[in-house]
Amino acid sequence: MNPANPRAGLSAVSTVFPAREGHPAVHALGPVDLDLAAGEFVAVVGPSGCGKTTLLETLAGLTRPTSGSVTFEGRPVAGGVPAGIGVVFQEDASFPWLNVWDNIAFGLRRAGVAAAEIRARVDYAVGFMGLSGFVRAYPAQLSGGMRQRVCIARTLVLQPRLILLDEPFGALDQQTRLLMGDELLRLWRETKASVLLITHAIDEAVMLADRVGIMSARPGRFIELIATGWPAARTSAVVADEAFGRLTARVWSQLRGESLRALGREAPEATEP
Amino acid sequence: MRKVTLVQVLIVAGGIALLELLTREGITDRLTMIPPSQMAAHLWDMARVGALAEPLAHTLGNVAIAFVLSVAVGAAIGFAVHAAPRLRRLADPLLASYYAVPFFVFYPLLIAIFGLNRWPLVMIGFVFGAAAMVIATLNGLDRVPRVLRKVARVHGLGPVAEALRVTLPAAAPHLFTGLKLALAYCFIGVIAGEFILSGEGLGHAIAYAYDSFDNPTMYALMLLVVVLAIGVNASLHLWEQRLIARRRQS
Repeated sequence: MNPANPRAGLSAVSTVFPAREGHPAVHALGPVDLDLAAGEFVAVVGPSGCGKTTLLETLAGLTRPTSGSVTFEGRPVAGGVPAGIGVVFQEDASFPWLNVWDNIAFGLRRAGVAAAEIRARVDYAVGFMGLSGFVRAYPAQLSGGMRQRVCIARTLVLQPRLILLDEPFGALDQQTRLLMGDELLRLWRETKASVLLITHAIDEAVMLADRVGIMSARPGRFIELIATGWPAARTSAVVADEAFGRLTARVWSQLRGESLRALGREAPEATEP
Repeated sequence: MRKVTLVQVLIVAGGIALLELLTREGITDRLTMIPPSQMAAHLWDMARVGALAEPLAHTLGNVAIAFVLSVAVGAAIGFAVHAAPRLRRLADPLLASYYAVPFFVFYPLLIAIFGLNRWPLVMIGFVFGAAAMVIATLNGLDRVPRVLRKVARVHGLGPVAEALRVTLPAAAPHLFTGLKLALAYCFIGVIAGEFILSGEGLGHAIAYAYDSFDNPTMYALMLLVVVLAIGVNASLHLWEQRLIARRRQS
């Protein structure tokens, strides 16, 4: 899929972090091109340090690229995060001084949404994310996975049209990851938002996305974008599908050499599955 | 009451009881030390006849002004220095050696500048307290996770809203340490300043009683200063505990 009128896009984007205090300049990313259609789910996998997070933060408007252009809904992204983009970060980004309910309502209050609407949206998100019974708890009293769910809920209540997720399930065990993946798919179908998911987990990428982007070792470029061909009404049950194994193997065959390269080792000849 | 608190209370009570015993039994010279019960009784008498109101109001007024200035200016300098890495490199060694400077030697200079009124005392308290607040603010801001700043930007917060709604609450535990230290330093600066040269305030009243061999008054006022300092600090500590309790793992 290469949409003619994408919801968001990166065009020839390159990011070089300048040299500082004895450290040489780092060419972190690019050049990369990526278009996300409205309602499309794209996952990005790549070796550690290949610039995946830089890619996400560039699309969000949190990092300014050295060259190239970034657009969201036809307008250039420059000098800030446009309204309509929600970001879930890899690290715990819950506010420790606010309880679960106030954490989730933070953005809505900031946006001046009416109190009744805030209550309705937060209550829905609390139920949706399985946080009922914890609304008065503070993040320090929750597990890492629950804190991440608070952050996801805080993003979702704003009903973003583009959701950027940076390894959001990294802190979760495998079973919870699968369940959260199902929840994410349900949410994606309900909101019709475009989703960009950065992940280390190949199976997670293949299970969730319409397209899986495979990035090279630094400076990160797209080696291939693979369409999974799943129906929109998919669930984590696709892991039992024959195509799932084939797709996962295909992604890994591309990624293996790059991962070795990222570790500073020569990539041996990859064998086709 | 927790066991550790009970032990702390017992240690303090034991110390007071021992002092009472030593002074009552004449083991300690009465010219050197009077019994704590007599200090308390004399303090009560002074309070009843209104002898405390004026020095207390003077000292607490000076401490309050010095404290507010220390916190406001110290926090503002902390934010400014944190935002400018070059300034930070310049300020760090100065802050590290700040308390090595005996600021009391500048007291005559402050009198020359401000006149013989409360302001030299306020400035001494301020000079003592502000640096503690600057250091605590820098510590707090250093420990605000970068991801929280990114969350602020994603939610469209400008620099001021980010500082007020994200950075300040995130750094609050460290800022509170700054508040407590600044208050303690303001007390020390103001009372020590009054002791040396002022004609008013609790520090002056203690020095005057000392010069007049008025032991009951001197010890009563010393008791008042100690109780005041501990009381104010304990109140701040309790407030701090309530605020940070929610941030702790349950």
